[in-house]
Amino acid sequence: MALNIVVCMKQVPDTTEVRINPETNTLIRDGVDSIINPFDTYAIEEAVRLCERVEGSKTTILSMGPPQVESSLKDALSVGADEVVLLSDREFAGADTWATSYTLAAAMKKLKPDLIITGKQAIDGDTAQVGPGIAVHLDMPQVCYVSKIREINDEVAIVERLLEDGHEVVEVKLPAVLTVVKEINEPRLPSLKGKMKAKKTAVTVWTNDDLDTDPECLGLTGSPTQVSKIFSPPKRGGGEMIDGENAQEKAETVVAKLKELQVI
Amino acid sequence: MELDFGFNEEQLMIRDLARQIAKEKVVPARAKYDEEQKFPWDVINQIAASDLFGVFIDTEYGGCAEGNGITNMCIVTEELSKACGGIALAFAGTGLGTLPIILSASEEQKQKYLPDIASGKRLAAFGLTEPNAGSDAAAIRTTAVKDGDDYIINGTKQWITNGGDAEIYTVFAVTDKTKGARGASCFVVELGTPGFSIGKKEDKFGIRASSTTELIFEDCRVPATDMIGKPGTGFMTAMKTFDASRPGVGSQALGIAAGALELAVDYSRERIQFGKPVSSNQGLQWMMADMAMQVEAARALIYATARTIDNPKGRATKFSAMSKCFASDMSVQVCLDAIQIFGGYGYMKEYPIEKYLRDAKITQIYEGTNQIQRDEIASALIKESAQRK
Ligand SMILES: Cc1cc2nc3c(=O)[nH]c(=O)nc-3n(C[C@@H](O)[C@H](O)[C@H](O)COP(=O)(O)OP(=O)(O)OC[C@H]3O[C@@H](n4cnc5c(N)ncnc54)[C@H](O)[C@@H]3O)c2cc1C
Ligand SMILES: Cc1cc2nc3c(=O)[nH]c(=O)nc-3n(C[C@H](O)[C@H](O)[C@H](O)COP(=O)(O)OP(=O)(O)OC[C@H]3O[C@@H](n4cnc5c(N)ncnc54)[C@H](O)[C@@H]3O)c2cc1C
Repeated sequence: MALNIVVCMKQVPDTTEVRINPETNTLIRDGVDSIINPFDTYAIEEAVRLCERVEGSKTTILSMGPPQVESSLKDALSVGADEVVLLSDREFAGADTWATSYTLAAAMKKLKPDLIITGKQAIDGDTAQVGPGIAVHLDMPQVCYVSKIREINDEVAIVERLLEDGHEVVEVKLPAVLTVVKEINEPRLPSLKGKMKAKKTAVTVWTNDDLDTDPECLGLTGSPTQVSKIFSPPKRGGGEMIDGENAQEKAETVVAKLKELQVI
Repeated sequence: MELDFGFNEEQLMIRDLARQIAKEKVVPARAKYDEEQKFPWDVINQIAASDLFGVFIDTEYGGCAEGNGITNMCIVTEELSKACGGIALAFAGTGLGTLPIILSASEEQKQKYLPDIASGKRLAAFGLTEPNAGSDAAAIRTTAVKDGDDYIINGTKQWITNGGDAEIYTVFAVTDKTKGARGASCFVVELGTPGFSIGKKEDKFGIRASSTTELIFEDCRVPATDMIGKPGTGFMTAMKTFDASRPGVGSQALGIAAGALELAVDYSRERIQFGKPVSSNQGLQWMMADMAMQVEAARALIYATARTIDNPKGRATKFSAMSKCFASDMSVQVCLDAIQIFGGYGYMKEYPIEKYLRDAKITQIYEGTNQIQRDEIASALIKESAQRK
């Protein structure tokens, strides 16, 4: 038994506070380094660990984005990924979650994975839809918020899902899509040998010519959603502290204020 | 902005990797290890997993050095020391313990020991100092007496870095009492060898994450094949080792100073007094400029010395002594000034800066005190003058 694992990786700006240009409604990328989407580092680590657990297995990292994503793919190689594939074509640009997962799914048809792992969500787009979207496009089962892979063989995986009030244990038939949460592992730091290997390993770049796709489904054209406006919610003003001698007095002040505001 | 020392691509990778480990693993852990005086195994395991124990060992023995091991060792030591001089010493102390093998061991001995050290599977330590033999290392009393195909070692070593945590020890013992300094030999002794035990563990002022212990030898039997070099060459090996290792102590001192400077500059921009950051006072600005010049001067001296040792593999006694002595004196002064910039907060253990001074102080003492370094430098100057005549 050997697993062919594909991890989806998105490159994101290195900040959890995405700044937006209010005039153009686009992300301000100037002066912001690009990193691997933090949730995807857990996906990569889990795949590398599975490869260490199941001999002969292979981890391929798949990403859709501009050529600069190569640097993040190299980072993924330095922590143990075996191969990296970049989907880069002007036709893919402007994709929403539907078109993104459609294109990634098209690449999956070539890569033929036994297991697809994605992060729970991207820290910029934040929709958490791409993983499930890939599963739907490929008609595969999906398990989201995976916090542990208990067992795996070439037919099924038994995994734990992290829920708000506990864990759910799920047995899923392979091939399947798992999206992972940060509780699943602690990603390793790179090794020198890994960095050397990353330097030597070429990034495979696929354009639309390499995929079997319907051009109507790609990029901006293929996107049913269009982001009309992105904005930072206005900062909430500070509250008002109400002082008073005792509870009675404080309550009276509150009631007076609420009446003034015509709340009561 | 950084000075260009002509590091190759791999050395830049080594530097970035050490920097990443320092930031992500050392900084969050250093206060705990300083407080608890425990050996930082989790960081050491990370250094090993990232292949950094191999940087000072050549590729044919499982490392990644290509005749540039001393420079590599300095790069890693500097970066780790920027975050914690104590944790860095577990790495640098292994380098020190390994150098006698690298410099003087047979091919067979190198194949036997170096790959495990390069992979980080086993740490090393260097055992020379004894209660009555500090600066005067030739006064060691530990003996190794030949018995058939073995030697039997008796005696006690003191203040050995990585004691108890290392598995491979290079130990110096007298094999011929009649010959003085030419009567000492170097052995490899492995932890677990019957008759070899770890004695008192010291409670220290600084570098508290590093273990410093006694090594006790009671009729400890080691095969003669574990002697490094010929009988009587122990001191030659020790001196050759120091020539190669002292830039490493220099880089530890350098890293500590550079780390302290960075913290001090950052702090000076945050601390508001008289309605403005204290960094806007020229009195502090000039202090910081002086500190930065001293740091860069030490860095230039250290990496030039390391390169001289690496290529060609010659000795650089005078420059090694200068690297260690200049950088350590500089480091203690820079750390004192850094505390001054922090004011009263700098005196408090709640802030990381007082630890930098405690960690810096040792670099003026071990691997030869700075008095001994000045002796070495002066005697080289006088010898060179005599040779010119
Ligand atoms: C700020 C912002 C807001 C956006 N809002 C929307 C929106 O509301 N609706 C919409 O349809 N589109 C939106 N998009 C555009 C769209 O391009 C998404 O960025 C993209 O489809 C991925 O969605 P996501 O970032 O939400 O990823 P998520 O669905 O949150 O990502 C989950 C996982 O999918 C994988 N993944 C995601 N993107 C890629 C990729 N390019 N290559 C490989 N793996 C990937 C990763 O493993 C990731 O962890 C937005 C983009 C940005 C930057
Ligand atoms: C934390 C720590 C870790 C150590 N790790 C190791 C290790 O891993 N392996 C190892 O073998 N040793 C180790 N040592 C020992 C260290 O190398 C010695 O402490 C050092 O060489 C000085 O010896 P001493 O402490 O006995 O000082 P002494 O020799 O007693 O010196 C006392 C003072 O006299 C001065 N002095 C002595 N002789 C002269 C002279 N001729 N001219 C001018 N001044 C002189 C010294 O400079 C010093 O100021 C370690 C020590 C410490 C504190």
